[in-house]
Amino acid sequence: MSTPSDDVLLDIHRRMVRIRTFETEAGRMAEAGKIPGALHLYVGEEAVAAGVMVHLSNEDWITSTHRGHGHLIAKGGEFDRMFAELFGRATGYCRGKGGSMHISNMDLGMLGANGIVGAGPPIAVGAAFSTKYRKTDRVAVTFFGDGASNEGSFHEAANMAALYKLPVIFVCENNGYGEYTPQAKHQAIVDVADRASGYGMPGVVVDGMDAMAVYEAADAAIERARAGDGPTLLECKTYRFFDHVGVRGMGLTYRTDEELAEWQKRDPIHLFEARLAELGVLSKDDAVAIHEEVLAEVRAGIEFAEESPTPDPDTLLDDVYA
Amino acid sequence: MAEAEQRELTYVDAIIEGARTILLEQDNAFIAGEDVGGAGGVFGSYRGLLDEFGPERVVDTPISEEGIVGLGVGAAATGLRPVIDIMFMDFMGECMDEIANQMAKMRYMFGGSAKLPVTVVTMSGGGRNLAAQHSQSLEAWLCHLPGLKVVAPSTPYDAKGLLIAASRDDNPVFTVMNKMSLANRGAVPEESYEVPIGKANVVREGEDLTIITYSRMVSESLSAADALARDGVEAEVIDLRSLQPMDMDTVIESVAKTHRAVVVHEAVRFGGLGGEIASQIQELAFDELDAPVSRVGAPFSPVPFSAVLEQAYLPNADKIVAESRSLIGA
Repeated sequence: MSTPSDDVLLDIHRRMVRIRTFETEAGRMAEAGKIPGALHLYVGEEAVAAGVMVHLSNEDWITSTHRGHGHLIAKGGEFDRMFAELFGRATGYCRGKGGSMHISNMDLGMLGANGIVGAGPPIAVGAAFSTKYRKTDRVAVTFFGDGASNEGSFHEAANMAALYKLPVIFVCENNGYGEYTPQAKHQAIVDVADRASGYGMPGVVVDGMDAMAVYEAADAAIERARAGDGPTLLECKTYRFFDHVGVRGMGLTYRTDEELAEWQKRDPIHLFEARLAELGVLSKDDAVAIHEEVLAEVRAGIEFAEESPTPDPDTLLDDVYA
Repeated sequence: MAEAEQRELTYVDAIIEGARTILLEQDNAFIAGEDVGGAGGVFGSYRGLLDEFGPERVVDTPISEEGIVGLGVGAAATGLRPVIDIMFMDFMGECMDEIANQMAKMRYMFGGSAKLPVTVVTMSGGGRNLAAQHSQSLEAWLCHLPGLKVVAPSTPYDAKGLLIAASRDDNPVFTVMNKMSLANRGAVPEESYEVPIGKANVVREGEDLTIITYSRMVSESLSAADALARDGVEAEVIDLRSLQPMDMDTVIESVAKTHRAVVVHEAVRFGGLGGEIASQIQELAFDELDAPVSRVGAPFSPVPFSAVLEQAYLPNADKIVAESRSLIGA
């Protein structure tokens, strides 16, 4: 296990702040009616994306979920082209064809957010097959939720990845809810990681609000994959601070304010900043400066999106086929 | 080359030769599916390939259609050229999300940044007493999905040539083979060649009506045309070869000559491609028609098991003759 350098710790921190700030502002834009369609925000789960992605390069692949902005940001996504996509502009990563639920960047190794729960794991198996076929040490990480762990696609992918010893890391972001249904009402287990043993791979549970814990567990899983020893199921216990869709979109009473407040006490960014302060890596002032710097970048991204042209209707049929 | 000198192969051997050609020509190509390796394919369509190319390139998979198609999508998006086998096309129900929502749409959703050069090989059709879940012709499901290409070879020549063309295409292409055609023999060149995707083949010329068809119904339509010819009715028979994209230019050119058209497929008539083809003919060549476009297809029923019922179910030359006679008022 490598101990992260100060630079790595600061890198993880910045990735988390980038996600939080982008998502918070995206939520505001949605509530202001500037972002059409459905928006699934990642606020609260930042430690997972940041703690995993800091280990990856652009040659490592990821598949994401409907809650995918955080994964793309942590993989290196740029705010201007991301906001442009959410706004449905021609300058967006998908030229306005995908939107929030399909945002992607092949150059960054990001095989798309995905509107279909559980669709990603089989695709990650294919990406990992590719890296193994080429005899590289690149890996594929597939993010999915507790809800998706009930989809057949997850089980087929887990079995195949273990069977072929493919370099896949199955990262379950267990935020306690499959849409609006609490975990206890959608599966009879507490730890999704228990399912790993059924496929012949290690299953690991970590505190998904603790970026350091995620970093360390991801490090071990990725090392194992790169060494050719096959997949790992890494379950990160986390929580979404906003609603399934939007910020507090539907006024549903499927969870209590008290429960939310309890989880917010363990805000992953606050926890990590306290840890970094303890270690003498990041002062309060420095942290504030980073938040402000990122917020300015987010605002510039929004401005870029707002000023960007909408797609030319003549591009409607472009890229149906290669 | 004279006809007598041409080598003949069965349809299934033509598939093997096409698959082998792909593996020889493209380093990034591999084959994956249930029993494609050790067993050589349940239809024998990959026989010998595991021994020649090894388990890295001829990959036996678990019985996991969604996983297999996902493997193809992920591998294709990251630079390989997978050939994915879905043993019976009836099994598409197990993997329709990866087909319809991932494979077909990824390029478009990503604004053109992804490329999905994946070939899917699957088997269609009844006639083997395999009943309702192993006998269907579900190509219309696929043709309804923008982003996919679909071909349906009727002969050994086309099976090899369309499979090779599919593998060289940078889009997802379904090659819908036919399980009753596996033992059919026909001329197949030894060298590598492509049958171009999107071009129909006029397999019989005639002046009196046009039969538009594909896959196994091509041979039934040719038999029907022979029967009609004995009564002095000359049918032109068009083998579409490619269902998506579809070569309507060739169809319209023929209808402009014959002024009558019957569309024939083994798939259930309701909601089948015949409706689309008939509709396009009347849109594009209404003034050329001397009669409404008619259709021959399976009745609105699951495929039955018992041979008597199955034969009653399947379209055949007699039914095509009857429909054609009715069409021309003979």
